[in-house]
Amino acid sequence: MLVVDGMSAGYEDFRALFDVSMSVREGETVAMVGANGAGKSTFLRAVMGQVRLHSGTVRFDGRDISSLKAHERVKLGISLVPEGRRIFPSLTVRENLLIGSFAKRSGPWTVERVVTMFPMLERLLTRSAAKLSGGEQQAIAIGRALLSNPRLVLLDEVSLGLAPVVVKQLYSALPMISEQGATVIVVEQDIHQALAVSDRVYCLLEGRVSLSGEASTVSTSDITAAYFGAAI
Amino acid sequence: MSWLNALVQGVLLGGLYAIFATGLSLAFGVMRFVNLAHGDLAILAGYLVLSTASTMGVNHVVSLPLVVILMAGIGYVGQRFLFNRTIGPDPLAGILCSFGIGVVIQNFLLARYTATDRYLDAGPIETSTIRINDSVSIGHFSLLTFVSAIVLLGALQLFLSHTTIGRAFRATADDPSTAQLMGINDKRIYGFAMAIAFATVGIAGFFLGARETFAPASGPNQLLFGFEAVVIGGLGSLWGTLMGGIVLGVAQAFGNQLSVGWNLLAGHIVFLMVLAFRPNGLFGTGVRT
Repeated sequence: MLVVDGMSAGYEDFRALFDVSMSVREGETVAMVGANGAGKSTFLRAVMGQVRLHSGTVRFDGRDISSLKAHERVKLGISLVPEGRRIFPSLTVRENLLIGSFAKRSGPWTVERVVTMFPMLERLLTRSAAKLSGGEQQAIAIGRALLSNPRLVLLDEVSLGLAPVVVKQLYSALPMISEQGATVIVVEQDIHQALAVSDRVYCLLEGRVSLSGEASTVSTSDITAAYFGAAI
Repeated sequence: MSWLNALVQGVLLGGLYAIFATGLSLAFGVMRFVNLAHGDLAILAGYLVLSTASTMGVNHVVSLPLVVILMAGIGYVGQRFLFNRTIGPDPLAGILCSFGIGVVIQNFLLARYTATDRYLDAGPIETSTIRINDSVSIGHFSLLTFVSAIVLLGALQLFLSHTTIGRAFRATADDPSTAQLMGINDKRIYGFAMAIAFATVGIAGFFLGARETFAPASGPNQLLFGFEAVVIGGLGSLWGTLMGGIVLGVAQAFGNQLSVGWNLLAGHIVFLMVLAFRPNGLFGTGVRT
C-alpha cells in the first residue's frame, strides 16, 4: 500500500534521512523505532508531505505521491497524528474532532465512535481543548486523525510525555483502528510498547534503516544493537 | 446635554471605524498579516463605486454590491498570487509588500481620478435625522452605519463559529501546519480570509465616502484609525474591534467637545494609554506566536 524508495529528506541544509526504503501492506501495523533524533518523525512528515524530499519516491497504492502537498495526501486517505499532539486551542474538543472530517472522506469513523473508543472525551466535548491533560489531548489528536477516515494512519510518539497508565489506556485502543480496516505506522521510542501492537518493525539509526523484520521474530538484543548502533 | 450628544455621535462613529477595522482584524487574526494598504483599499473602493455607478448609470447605493464582490475577488487573487508569497516567520516582507501596494494604489488613483475631493451619494438618508430632544439627534445614515457594523460582525461571528469553513479558518489561525494535516489548504483559506477582508473594506469605503469627502491620499489617515480601533479592542477579537471603534469614536467626540482641535488628539491619547496599560487591548486575549 505504501512503498517508500530511497528516501532522503531533511530541513534546510540539515539532512535527517538517508536512502530509507520501506513498505507497508494493506491492513498491517508497522512499528518504526529508534533513538531520539534517529529521523522517525522526519520520516512520517516526509510521508505526509510536510518535509521536502531530496531524493527518492513515496508511492501510495502504486501512485507516486511525492509531489503532492499534505492536504492533498489527506484526501487520498493518509492521516498523521503529529508529535506533540498539536491540538487547536481555540476550538472546543468536539470542533477539534470535527475538523478532522474536513476532507469529507466517507468511512466508519464518527465523533460518536471516537468517544466510544476514548470514553474520557465524552464529558469534555463542549470544553475548550486548550487546557486539557496530555492524555486527553492525545486522545483528541488520535480521534481527529481518524475522523478523516484514513486508510493509512501515522502515529508519531503517542506515548511521549504521558504517564504509563495513560499510555496503556491509549495503546489498548489502537487495535480498534486496525479492526476498522486502517493500516497503521507507529513511531515510538518505547520498543516494547511498539512491538506489542505491531506485525513488523523497522529500526532507524542516524537516518538509516538499521534493522527490519517480523515483530514476533526479531530478538531484543538485535533491536538493542540496531537502536543504539553499537554491538553490546 | 451636549456631552450626551457627543457620546451618542461617538458611539455611532465607532460603528464606521469598526466596519473599516474588521478586515484588518481578520487578516491579522487568521494569517498574522499586517495590511498597510488597507486604508488605500477603502479609498480605492470609494472610487470604484463612483466609476461603476457612472458607467452603469445607476446611483452609488446600487453599485455598492458590485464593488464589494469585485473587491472580494481582488482580495482572493491578491492573497493567492502575491501576499501568500510573503508569509513566513518574518512579518516584514508582508508589511513592506502591502506598503508598496498602498503607494501604487494612491498613485494610480491620482493618475486616474486627479486629486479633486470626491464624495459618494447615499441618498436622502444622508441628511435626515431622528430628533431625540433639543440637543441630541441621531442621523439616519450614522445609525445605518452602526447597525451595518453590528450586522457585519454578527454575520462574521456566525460564519466563524458555525460553519465548516469557519472552523477551518480558526484552525488555520491557530496552527496552519497542523491544519494541513486535516486536509485544509491553508493558502486557500488565506485567500478566502483576504476576500472577506477586502469585501468589508469595500463596504467601509462606501460608508467613509458618503460621510466625508475623500481624495487619493486619504487612505493612510483611515488606516491609522483602523489600527487604533483594532489595538484598543484587542488583536484578533471581532467584538473587541467594535468596542475599540466605539472607544475611539467616543474619545474623538469628547475631544471635539472640549475643543475642536482636540478631536483626533484625544483619540490618539486613548490609544496610547491602552497600548501602555493594556497592551493586549481592552477585550483581547493576547497574540499567540
